[in-house]
Amino acid sequence: MPSLRFFALIRLLGLSVTLGLIAGCSSIEPWVKPYERANLADPIMSFSRDPINATYMHHVYQAREGARGAEGSGGGGCGCN
Amino acid sequence: MLVALKAVAEAAVAVINRTIIVGLIGFNIITSAMAAILPEERADVMYHSYDGGGITIDGPSVLVRKSVNSDVSVSAQYYVDQISSASIDVMATASPYSEERTEYTFSADYLVNKTLISGGYTNSTENDYDANTYFFGISQDFFGSLSTLDLSFSYGEDDVGNVTDSSFSETAEHRGFQFSWTQVVTRSLLMNFNYHIITDKGFLNNPYRTVRYYDPGVSKGYSYQLEQYPETRSSQAIAVKSRYFLSYRAAIGVEYRYYTDTWEIDAHNLEFNYTHPWRDNWTFEVKYRFYTQNAANFYSDLFAFENAQRYLARDKELSEFESTDIGFAISYEFQPHWFNWAEKGSINLAWDFINFDYSNFRDVTQSGYTVGSEPTYSFDADVIRLYFSLWF
Repeated sequence: MPSLRFFALIRLLGLSVTLGLIAGCSSIEPWVKPYERANLADPIMSFSRDPINATYMHHVYQAREGARGAEGSGGGGCGCN
Repeated sequence: MLVALKAVAEAAVAVINRTIIVGLIGFNIITSAMAAILPEERADVMYHSYDGGGITIDGPSVLVRKSVNSDVSVSAQYYVDQISSASIDVMATASPYSEERTEYTFSADYLVNKTLISGGYTNSTENDYDANTYFFGISQDFFGSLSTLDLSFSYGEDDVGNVTDSSFSETAEHRGFQFSWTQVVTRSLLMNFNYHIITDKGFLNNPYRTVRYYDPGVSKGYSYQLEQYPETRSSQAIAVKSRYFLSYRAAIGVEYRYYTDTWEIDAHNLEFNYTHPWRDNWTFEVKYRFYTQNAANFYSDLFAFENAQRYLARDKELSEFESTDIGFAISYEFQPHWFNWAEKGSINLAWDFINFDYSNFRDVTQSGYTVGSEPTYSFDADVIRLYFSLWF
């Protein structure tokens, strides 16, 4: 089943990348300096500016669709729990 | 017969119940991508409304987040669904009904250096369904906060009842594991990768809902029997999101998700959105979202005969269909002088128009057709959110 092989590969890749990055994190210099992040800090760059609204829409989709999951990660300091 | 009608009338309630549990898993493991800070201190009060396909669901929602000190933040949410249903399933076999679901969520975040540890609990209650979900997450920054790793786990247990049978008692369990990586790519581009596994075990179908099968012995040519789902389900979803800051101060977002599960449902959804601030106080947003899925391997609109196979489903959520969503949102930000403790406030209106178009779910309320040749079903839904927010 191609999808199972695909996700097994994704898991292996994710684990490798995560361990590699954690092991080598002290040697990588941030390529976007803190003083260059004004655009990223703008509230319009948040993946979900208002958690109460984003959570509700995820609920609507999940109630009407067969798919579920991977909606997470608020981003941009949105504070989604 | 009356009992049967009542049972079918309640069917959609249990469907909503079951999907809520899945929803809670997804909701509870959402964590902040910028982990080295506590969540914003804010309060939101919302009225929400869903109106489509003969179903109206509305109610209030209140979410409050407050920091206890510089390391700890707590939150509480209250949410209500008031449901009035005359959906196609109900109209085909029973009478309209009303129902209410109440949900409470409590959570806490603990900040240690660049690590955010989160935990929480959600309870959802209806007259025939009680669900409890617990979640735990950890979020860590790397590379001068250019990267954020989120790992989270959730566990839920449900008690399933039946309003027409007081002796009916079943349980279900749900487990979710989520991996999320958020990356600052350039000074204007943010990306997120998300992988989410969910497993279910126990009573996963609806105690009321039925499937139809050919029955030449009755005048209309078909009859109904109770549906039967497998007792396990495992799903995987992978999503990629990005947001790009445009030079004139606007943002464009693109999101894609691929989903697959052991019921052989494969789904894809793609979204484009655009956010445009105007003057000092206004923000406008538009979005387009497309969703498509194939049917579960035990779904059929019309089975050949009674007990045609071990597992049987005719939920349109498990059929093959497409949906398109066009959404608009407008926000007005202001200084709330009457609350001198508040930093800012906003009032927001968001409106989504969603069309659902089913490929193999037929509208049996249409007359004049031979069995199995009724037109396929489709409907439109309006989803409205009106909410007021205060930051403090």
